[in-house]
Amino acid sequence: MNVAVALVIVLAILAIAYVGVELLGLAFVFSVVLPYVAVAVFVVGFIYRIVKWAKSPVPFRIPTTCGQQKSLDFIKQNKIENPSSRGWVIVRMALEVLCFRSLFRNSSAELTEKGDLAYQWEKWLWLFALVFHWSFFFVIIRHMRFFTDPVPGFVTLWEKIDGVFWVDLQQLYLTGVLLLVGITFLFIRRVVIPRVRYISLVNDFLPLLLIMGIAITGLMMRYLTHADISAIKELTMGLITFHPVVPEDLSMVFYAHLTLVCSLLIYFPMSKLMHAAGIFMSPTRNMANNNRMERHINPWNPEVEVHTYEQYEDEFRDKMRAVGLPLEKDI
Amino acid sequence: MYKPRNIIIGVIAFLALIFFPVWSSLFTTGEAVGAEISLDTPMINAMENPKCVEDTEWMRANHMKLLADWKVEVVRNGNRIYVAEDGQKYLASLQNTCFECHSNYDEFCLKCHEYNNVSPTCWTCHVEPTVVEEGNK
Repeated sequence: MNVAVALVIVLAILAIAYVGVELLGLAFVFSVVLPYVAVAVFVVGFIYRIVKWAKSPVPFRIPTTCGQQKSLDFIKQNKIENPSSRGWVIVRMALEVLCFRSLFRNSSAELTEKGDLAYQWEKWLWLFALVFHWSFFFVIIRHMRFFTDPVPGFVTLWEKIDGVFWVDLQQLYLTGVLLLVGITFLFIRRVVIPRVRYISLVNDFLPLLLIMGIAITGLMMRYLTHADISAIKELTMGLITFHPVVPEDLSMVFYAHLTLVCSLLIYFPMSKLMHAAGIFMSPTRNMANNNRMERHINPWNPEVEVHTYEQYEDEFRDKMRAVGLPLEKDI
Repeated sequence: MYKPRNIIIGVIAFLALIFFPVWSSLFTTGEAVGAEISLDTPMINAMENPKCVEDTEWMRANHMKLLADWKVEVVRNGNRIYVAEDGQKYLASLQNTCFECHSNYDEFCLKCHEYNNVSPTCWTCHVEPTVVEEGNK
């Protein structure tokens, strides 16, 4: 059911693009207004979410660890799993962000025939998640050829590496294909595994289907329908230099691609896709485990009035001496 | 509650990444939006109705596909004749058909290819036109 709703939303977006561009002739709206609005919503929404998170209280030192913490000299500390300094927190965070380290620990729990709970090796989610995210990153890097003139060297270099395989006379960009493979796996996983499907909501499927649509339309333009990239670059360069022009020969596939990308950008700040920023702000990940070395005081603890033993003794010294109680300070 | 310093650094890094095309375009000289290709060659000027093998708009997006198809037809099937959509027959040859009209490689092919950062492998087999010109001098 949730899949169907998400699919309908994506198809509706495509239908709106078709009606708007093809039937109503609103090419300007879809190629200029929508991208500007989308980027504005994306950036403002993204920063809004970050600021909101930044303001929320983090009263405790709560790093999650899974290794030996810093202890006596002869006990070896696991510095990555249980960092006690800022530097190792950065190492740990970098591994998490770049290699999805915690996802690598994923295992699948299943009941055996006897009824015992058994944990099994399960690396597929990690592998395809990694493939998907890195492919998406490199696909975006490759798209920079439409947004820069002259195109910077790192983009050209990556195009050479990415397109090392040639199909006939055309470079086959591996990351483009891997992006679709990765996202398809992530989608199928949600649909096929009953437990995962049970907890999957519309907002789990929608980003997957949106990105799948983007990948499919993108691959179509490159390998099947052959988009006029000169016209596309005219549009994109016009957008980034704030002198928008609408070239006439943009195909419907391109409009579908662009509209889906804009939808994704608009949807991004209000969706689970914000994990891109959230990962850096996870209190369990971005803190050093130095609880035993430093005292962390909750910053908004109220001042508590205390009556120490010294004060107590000062107050009752004479009476205590009179009944023969021991005194710490006998003046 | 995070230290504002870290958040500000993070947000600035995010903005710098997102708007890379915008701020990098301020430092480049390329002001012209779009690649302007020249059709000013003796052969095209001499034509009454300048017309490419196929429709111009179609050629803009699909010339690479056409050339790839020609390659297969000529090299594998030995068929040098290309019949266009309008029934006109052409000799399927990059050097003898395409370059006969488009004799301005630098102002025609290269302009778009450089603008869009594509480097087709035409010249691994064919002789690069500029090299031919220099040789003829």
